[in-house]
Amino acid sequence: MSAPAILPGELDRGAERAILHRQLERTWATPAGFWGALTTVDHKTIGLRYIVTAFGFLALGGVLALAMRWQLARPESRVLSADLYNQAFTVHGANMMFLFAVPVMEAMAVYLVPLMIGTRNIAFPRLNAFSYWIYLFGGILLWAAFALQIGPDVGWFAYVPLSGPQYSSGKRADIWAQMITFTEIAALAIAVEIVVTVFKQRAPGMSLDRIPLFVWGALVTSFLVMLAMPAIMIASTSLILDRLVGTHFFNPTEGGDVLLWQHLFWFFGHPEVYIIFLPATGMVSSMLPTFARRPVFGYLPLVLSIVAIGILSFGLWVHHMFTTGLPRLGESFFTASSMAIAVPAGVQIFCWLATLWDGRPVWRTPLLFIAAFIVTFVLGGLTGVMVASVPLDLQVHDTYFVVAHFHYVLIGGAVFPLLGAIYYWYPKMTGRMLSERLGRWVVGLIFVGFHLTFFPMHFLGLQGMPRRVYTYQPEMGWGAANLFVSLSSILLAAGFALFFLDVIRSARRGPVAGDNPWDASTLEWATTSPPPPYNFARIPVVTSANPLWSEREALPVVTGLRVDRREIVISSVSDATPQARESSPRDSIWPLVTAVAASVMLIASIFTPWAVVWGAIPVAAALIGWFWPKGLPEDEA
Amino acid sequence: MRAGRRLAIGVGLGLGLGGCSGSQSALDAHGAQASALRDLMGLFTVVCGTVWLLVLLALAVAVWRRRASGREPAEPGATSERRLGIVVGVAVALTVLTITGLTFASYRTTRGLTGIADEGVTIRLRGYQWWWEATYQDQAPERVFRTANELRIPVGRPVRVELAGVDVIHSFWVPSLAGKQDIIPGRQNEITLKAERPGIYRGQCAEFCGLQHAHMAFLVIAELPENYEAWRSAQLRAAEPPADPEAARGRDVFLAKSCKACHAIRGTPAGGVLGPDLTHVASRETIAAGLLPTTRGSLAAWVADPQTVKPGSKMPLVPLDADELRAVSAYLASLK
Repeated sequence: MSAPAILPGELDRGAERAILHRQLERTWATPAGFWGALTTVDHKTIGLRYIVTAFGFLALGGVLALAMRWQLARPESRVLSADLYNQAFTVHGANMMFLFAVPVMEAMAVYLVPLMIGTRNIAFPRLNAFSYWIYLFGGILLWAAFALQIGPDVGWFAYVPLSGPQYSSGKRADIWAQMITFTEIAALAIAVEIVVTVFKQRAPGMSLDRIPLFVWGALVTSFLVMLAMPAIMIASTSLILDRLVGTHFFNPTEGGDVLLWQHLFWFFGHPEVYIIFLPATGMVSSMLPTFARRPVFGYLPLVLSIVAIGILSFGLWVHHMFTTGLPRLGESFFTASSMAIAVPAGVQIFCWLATLWDGRPVWRTPLLFIAAFIVTFVLGGLTGVMVASVPLDLQVHDTYFVVAHFHYVLIGGAVFPLLGAIYYWYPKMTGRMLSERLGRWVVGLIFVGFHLTFFPMHFLGLQGMPRRVYTYQPEMGWGAANLFVSLSSILLAAGFALFFLDVIRSARRGPVAGDNPWDASTLEWATTSPPPPYNFARIPVVTSANPLWSEREALPVVTGLRVDRREIVISSVSDATPQARESSPRDSIWPLVTAVAASVMLIASIFTPWAVVWGAIPVAAALIGWFWPKGLPEDEA
Repeated sequence: MRAGRRLAIGVGLGLGLGGCSGSQSALDAHGAQASALRDLMGLFTVVCGTVWLLVLLALAVAVWRRRASGREPAEPGATSERRLGIVVGVAVALTVLTITGLTFASYRTTRGLTGIADEGVTIRLRGYQWWWEATYQDQAPERVFRTANELRIPVGRPVRVELAGVDVIHSFWVPSLAGKQDIIPGRQNEITLKAERPGIYRGQCAEFCGLQHAHMAFLVIAELPENYEAWRSAQLRAAEPPADPEAARGRDVFLAKSCKACHAIRGTPAGGVLGPDLTHVASRETIAAGLLPTTRGSLAAWVADPQTVKPGSKMPLVPLDADELRAVSAYLASLK
């Protein structure tokens, strides 16, 4: 709290606020202009970029979904050819999972975690910049391929042998596999940053039991990313090797195994669902107290549920493979484990209901989204219990029932909280509020449009409609329901269009937000909206799980950091007692250069394995440039 | 359980989603397996629906019982926290019980599915991009025959279907009779069908298998045992020599052109194995894997331009003039 003992002049010894701000601004700000935009390592700029890009991909994927619904509105329709339709659902799925859902959740963490735990930048900020560029180039690869009509057409899980060398000629499956590599690198980078940031950069006093629940969600998610993603990297790399250099990992006639692909894919693919879902539950847990006007009920059970879901998520993958003819006893184990995950999920739901029950709910748009989330997600979770049952799955697997189920879980369980989170944190990110009036329309349209679109799909699936069919015959009797679904999807799309409109319009015209427009309790609201480049002029000291509610007047703060170079507080893992001052890197062009070199190598390796050899040289050169000492003040520390 | 089924079907009808009596519906069960699965589905629907309604009720009461009085956040009282803790604890305990109950119900059904004894009829089914080849097995090699895209089975007798993978993964699914089972290259799977009453049950490939995955259907026709045996004897016979001159000319065209490279017609020199066996093609309800009903017109359209009828199909366009096309379609239509 008080100024430290006399030290050289650069330290903040309780300097006057105006002087402090000016000096910190000089040290931390990204220079304006094009060059600044390319070199910045500010987690807020990169996080926002990530979020905007991800929502751009959401819009593109949504347009594809509408095109598919147009095709399916009538039997034997010829709006899309079989080839275009197969590309459309593959790109839609891969885009929504790899380019929207996972990145947007990580992007929210990149933006919010440093603010919520009270530090000045994320750990490894240059890696963060690199992650964004790699993600962007991977996304462009997929969409450019689709625009050129060589988009992948093997489904987002690209089962072999269909995606193998014999049955998928051309470069389509390679583009899918390499897009995976891009997004995995980007995701792994962020996972490492989040873990280190949460473990070592928390504001003094933020012990483990005072960490905001969104940060817990982001932390557990990061571990899931680190443990799950290697499986898919091995799978996609083996696939490329099979296709490009003639290995036989998945070729049964040469001793390979077709099911190996499915095991590797779903060992990643099921945790993937929770990589998307856990941050969303964290968002709900972090937003809910603000609108219930009381601290969240059951902090400890909520944290334990997040951890339990994270662990259990690795024991479920076989429930995607119940129809492959695995031994029934083994399958039954996975039924039990899949059903068991309903317990921690239930704990979370009950804790949120208890918070609302005991609170005094304020009906603002984020809370509306939370209510829509509970209604929708619980239904999706319950159909999840159905597909977890081996015998039921034998009927509904790979039908529209499953299509309905996972859209309930992913849109209802993750996108609804995400949209609520955008309404909630948009004022912090931009300094302006989104429109409350439009917000209610957005919730209404999306909620009603969603249920009208996806609920009938349960029945279509039970009536025998398989997923991934580009058309169906009139005598199947699926026409009326499909037409209804397609018309409803327009309502859903209108809701999203209105959301985008509100976001774009309010960036300039929204009412000015102020530091803490919702009277929320967590640290990100303790600084200005939008936050300055250094986040906090002085690092706050945390005395409770809801610091802004327990310290209504002024937060205690830390002084003694240098102001002439980028410096952050390092604290201990469990109690967050301050341990050291650590420098934080400055802006650099090298992450971008490295990302370009790596992208060239990865894309060229679609065409020749030698690209890995020759392409490694520029990557190595760029990395040397990245780490070469440049005589900056930060290098001294 | 029964009530749940009626509920599910009732809601389906109520939504105007067409009847559930279609030939390809998990709710319209005509087989032992499918009936067990439908009953289990009813149980799950009732239980899960009840849980959902309870959560909705709790949510509605929670948000309506009191509204914001002031903006100042309230510090929760110790007694109310304890009460909430008990309620949440009970809810979690009930969740565990429900989940356990459903898991056991699921086990029981699984055990029932595997309990069907094996008897007599065995069919080896191969999935190709994008059609099905059925080989009826028999101890005597001369009683083995091939057909395509249609299985005939005797009512009331379990039929073992061996699923053999050839190219990519397909999935065999006749929802009115049983759940699905994948056909995977390099693995041997099998499924047992048992139809409870005569009828035509449609099935469709359920695992995405490439361009024409949407058009990879088949029919399972369940018949009384005596009709089934009569059909089987008929299928064993070689094709009759054509009676009328146009069909005879069609046979000559068939044998002169490249058709015989892929197709077999027993009783003629045509012995290709890449495409469906056409010995009794006109006795089958559909052609091109459920795409068209078998008529002389549809046969002509299919032969004339397979790539327009089913884009990407492995059947190439064999150039024929109008007379040849008429003759070939007459010949194929005569292969009862």
